[in-house]
Amino acid sequence: MAVDQALQSELQKSGVYLTTWDGLVNWGRSNSIWPLQFGLACCAIEMISTAASRFDIARFGSEIFRASPRQADLMIVAGTVTKKMAPQVVRLYNQMAEPKYVISMGACATSGGPFHKGYNVLKGIDRFIPVDVYIPGCPPTPEALLEGLMTLQERIKSRSMKSEVDAKQAEYAIPAFGKAGLEPKYNASLWNPPQRYFNTPTTSPQPADPAQSPPEAGAKS
Amino acid sequence: MLPAADQVKAAIERALPGIVISLEGSTLIVDANDIIRVCQFFKTDRDYALDYLANLTAVDYPPERIEVVYHLYSMAKKHGPVAIRVKLPRATPVVASLTKLYRGAEFQEREAWDLFGVQFEGHPDLRRILMWEGFEGHPMRKDYKPEDQDQLEQTAK
Repeated sequence: MAVDQALQSELQKSGVYLTTWDGLVNWGRSNSIWPLQFGLACCAIEMISTAASRFDIARFGSEIFRASPRQADLMIVAGTVTKKMAPQVVRLYNQMAEPKYVISMGACATSGGPFHKGYNVLKGIDRFIPVDVYIPGCPPTPEALLEGLMTLQERIKSRSMKSEVDAKQAEYAIPAFGKAGLEPKYNASLWNPPQRYFNTPTTSPQPADPAQSPPEAGAKS
Repeated sequence: MLPAADQVKAAIERALPGIVISLEGSTLIVDANDIIRVCQFFKTDRDYALDYLANLTAVDYPPERIEVVYHLYSMAKKHGPVAIRVKLPRATPVVASLTKLYRGAEFQEREAWDLFGVQFEGHPDLRRILMWEGFEGHPMRKDYKPEDQDQLEQTAK
């Protein structure tokens, strides 16, 4: 904050309000996040419940679920992302207007959840699009989704408004269907798997290759 | 009310002389060549009138056998199900399609083809329905190995 807090409150008493450009824009952005209206599985039921009167997401300015990605700011990935659906999710994300945010709602969207060992489910949507907030749960309660939304609001407010846009690419690569799963398996420019995920070359007698790779991956993660 | 399973078996043996049919529990085991005849009888017979194919799926019994399971109900008579099973060799599971008798069999047969690799002869459009074109293998077979997304090759970066 460029303006001193004490001075600010002193000036407010005499009717002068000061703020920063970042503060003003982020205040507007964080209090009217319009989510994209789409659900993939049972998490969507909790999302609907959150939007309805009992939990009332309108208290946080996010009640307007848009059916078009062009009008939405927030993608709530609510549910299991199957391999067949994943390219469409990335495509929808690419079509959203900037600045755009992603909440990964529930265990499935975050890691594949109970379907982690299945043949048809993506092990986390963060392999293809950048996720801002992860919500645990199976499914998360509406309170948890509201908590995630408030976390996102804090995240928006804590950054300069330009960095939100700069941090993300304009378009993310849409994976193609392969013989057993998506090709590629993840977006290498976005998601850096832990070292233990990599096949260690067992047949290699050359010590140069394993010695070279660990510091590279360690620096990324 | 549907008669007991052994009476159903007796009725079909009366109607279709020479048919080889056996009973396992309450399900009828029918030869793969006879499935159309048997379903035709059940659908057209006035006492049974099994006009609704509620379920068609497959069960994998490695190493030798795949079974296709049919559940027939009657909307007219409000009874059912009659469960029919067909035993097929696992290497080449081929059975006649029921799409001519039951239009609703089309998607269910496509699903059984997609996930278990059962071929239905006479099906108008036997494509994958859940997995995409270009997917290899039939993932609900017990020996299918799904890809391990947690084991990745190092990308050159």
